[in-house]
Amino acid sequence: MLINRRKFLHLGSLATGTLMLPKFLKAFDSPAYGISGNKVLVVLQLSGGNDGLNTVIPIRNDIYYRERPGLAITKDKALSLDTEAGLHPSLSNIKALYDEGNLAILNNVGYPNPDRSHFRSMDIWQSASSSDEYLNSGWLGRYLDAQCPGCSKPTQVLEMDDMLSLALSGEQMKGIALRDPKRLYETSQDPFFKDSLLAGMREQAEDPTSYLYKVMAETLSGADYIFQQSKLRPSVTVYPNSEIGKNLKTIASLISSDINTRVYYVSLGSFDTHVGQQAKQEKLFIDLNDAIKPFTDDLKSNHRFEDVLMMSFSEFGRRVGENSSGGTDHGTANNMFLISGGLKNKGLLNGMPDLSNLTEGDLNQQLDFKRVYATVLNKWLQADDYKILGKKYEYLNFI
Amino acid sequence: MGYMIGNQQKNQHLWWRAGFGPPADQVHELSKLKPESLFHSILKASEKKPALFDVADPELKERVMGNGQMAAGKMLALKPEERQMIRKQSVQDIAKLNVRWLQEMTTSPAQLREKMSLFWHGHFASKTINILYDEALLNIIRENALDNFRDLLFNVSKSASMIQFLNNNQNKKGHPNENFARELMELFTIGRGHYTETDVKESARAFTGWGANLQGEYDFRPRQHDDGIKTFFGKTGNLSGEDVLEILLAQKQTALFITGKIYRYFVNETVDEERVNSLASRFYDSGYDIRALMISIFTASWFFDQKNIGSQIKSPVLWMVGLRRQLPMEIQNPAVQLIIERLLGQVLFSPPNVAGWPGGKHWIDSSSLMLRLQIPALIYKSDVILSRPKDDDDVMMGTRDQVFARNGRKSMNAGAQLFQAKIFWNEYIKDFDKIKDSEIYAAIRDLLLQRVLPMNENEMIKYIDESNREARIQSITIRLMGTPEYQLC
Repeated sequence: MLINRRKFLHLGSLATGTLMLPKFLKAFDSPAYGISGNKVLVVLQLSGGNDGLNTVIPIRNDIYYRERPGLAITKDKALSLDTEAGLHPSLSNIKALYDEGNLAILNNVGYPNPDRSHFRSMDIWQSASSSDEYLNSGWLGRYLDAQCPGCSKPTQVLEMDDMLSLALSGEQMKGIALRDPKRLYETSQDPFFKDSLLAGMREQAEDPTSYLYKVMAETLSGADYIFQQSKLRPSVTVYPNSEIGKNLKTIASLISSDINTRVYYVSLGSFDTHVGQQAKQEKLFIDLNDAIKPFTDDLKSNHRFEDVLMMSFSEFGRRVGENSSGGTDHGTANNMFLISGGLKNKGLLNGMPDLSNLTEGDLNQQLDFKRVYATVLNKWLQADDYKILGKKYEYLNFI
Repeated sequence: MGYMIGNQQKNQHLWWRAGFGPPADQVHELSKLKPESLFHSILKASEKKPALFDVADPELKERVMGNGQMAAGKMLALKPEERQMIRKQSVQDIAKLNVRWLQEMTTSPAQLREKMSLFWHGHFASKTINILYDEALLNIIRENALDNFRDLLFNVSKSASMIQFLNNNQNKKGHPNENFARELMELFTIGRGHYTETDVKESARAFTGWGANLQGEYDFRPRQHDDGIKTFFGKTGNLSGEDVLEILLAQKQTALFITGKIYRYFVNETVDEERVNSLASRFYDSGYDIRALMISIFTASWFFDQKNIGSQIKSPVLWMVGLRRQLPMEIQNPAVQLIIERLLGQVLFSPPNVAGWPGGKHWIDSSSLMLRLQIPALIYKSDVILSRPKDDDDVMMGTRDQVFARNGRKSMNAGAQLFQAKIFWNEYIKDFDKIKDSEIYAAIRDLLLQRVLPMNENEMIKYIDESNREARIQSITIRLMGTPEYQLC
């Protein structure tokens, strides 16, 4: 953080001491870097609609085997969790987390009046809206808004991508997306950007000019800060060369640094398995499984596993019955994984889906995902969930 | 700038708001023309009905719409692979339509018509993966964009695209689907807070039986229509969908809602209530004459107030098309524009939801801003865009690898897109022939930017290639296009 500050002042020094640093740059100047509490959330988005029934498998359910003559995973292949449920065979490292008591599973998560379009349902999950409401901001962006009104610390919420998702876009503030700290840093090093910014800071511009300079300042200083932090204690653990492997390695390195980031957002996909599901889902799960082991190992050896919660979700699950192309079509409710060394309740937290009680071939949701968000916001991130979600939801007690 | 607003800045303001930015071949006219005459020439060029787009693959059209042979029954009988082929072709054709429309926005003299069409494209937001539906809806919008809002509303409501997107085809007597009825009021006509849940329920019943056939034509199904008594906004009777539309148009609130949205889009995001009220009254009294409303706006003296000039963040489409208009170029791989649309957050035919693109500050986050600042230089150097857009599962249908293979990339991880464009610098440079070397910088700056640039010429100089006049003009242009001020219009 000192390095960052020095670097930034260096940039500022080009314009000599007469330069008044605007408030948004002073954010990085404050001794109390970041916000109180050291808990970290890692959101894992399984894009495309992961088939939850072949993820947490109802190994004793006749309806499951009847509806999926080609795709069902047999009891002996599944990694059994208890007498009713088993994990997909490729998720052995997640099974190990279950055995250690570091995994909790929520089943039947969704929202009323489910939408089967990817983009709409993803919109609903990311903005935390109901299905007949359209919000222009995301739940983690509003978390950012609520944490620090008036000041600017966008590095509190980071996405591992070239584009920022709606989830991380607030009304006032927006998180930062990056695929690689070094690349973001190099891009931001163009002296022309710095000179433009310094010139822009001389003027007391009004909106929207001031907004553009604010984002530019946050990006340039954020890029610098993230890069310095990523070099502080880089992970030496071997990760697979997959994209999720690289992303989790970056996240692990940042978590062990002094960065102020509270939320990381990472995606894996596409789980849209209309055709040839078996091979596609397996490939993605192998990537996930191989990446999650070094990640949790890193957290454990840095004594941060108790402070980190990883939460997975997908925009919807898939239909109970398989289709005629060896795949499954868009469905409704789904499961969520919660991985942490700091779970209060672990294992299967609620019942397996009731396959005898379907609506037009789809599962009925029993747990609104916004209750999970409220729990995480309030109990993990110590944030005002009511302000962020606009409604009070009953908390769960896994943390 | 700022004290006396000259004709050049006013004319550029007009070009950016009533069109997609000043065209390169008009540079000399910008300071000479009176804004009123410029507006009238833009309006005149937009008067005649547009040539309709027809990019859909003929074979696909024949298969889906063909006379009888391949129609309804056969579509259902198709093998999954055949259906998959049709979908793929359709997705490709939608990309083609996207590029085609960008081209039209760039070169068409009917700038106001295309700009209004882009506005309505966001207002009547719909997303299907059916090229025939998308094309038909766009054609409806482009044909009616400057005419009568009533006709536009009726035609859009009856388009196959909207019927499918908002589930009116599943809206049946005894099993109403309220999606269309709700969005019609919330987003298309009177706006949130001006209707009740009962209004939604009753009007949904009125729309039962509305459907579309495979040819994409409106198809009323009387047997699915609920012909019972409904009450909507105080009117009771066996109301039809058409009656509901008429009742909504009879509400002054509809004129107010639409005018307010037009004002925010074309003038300023901060609404002047009194002004909008008065424009809305005239719009209502005119029977929803869009052309008359736009004339009132673009010929008003307040339109040229300092606070309205350069006050808006360009949408990604306006940004990209505007750049092409000012800097004539031939893009060798036009599909690269779709990558830019995705990276910057505005893919035509793919709005984020039925509410359309929220716009304004929502366009800008750290990633999109940095890209906007970098792209002009990447185009200049025909360099690679390293950023890579997110997947769109609705379009890819689980076929991501194939989609990218077709685009000539080994896999997603290749992650780079070359922007190959031939910029016609000679044409561009000619525009400055009469300008002295010492005045070149200011001339280009005032042409490209609608806001004062904080960086002065001395600070800029180290970024400018001074080796010769041509290089100087080129580097000044590219650098100015990479400033925050270039994002504004």
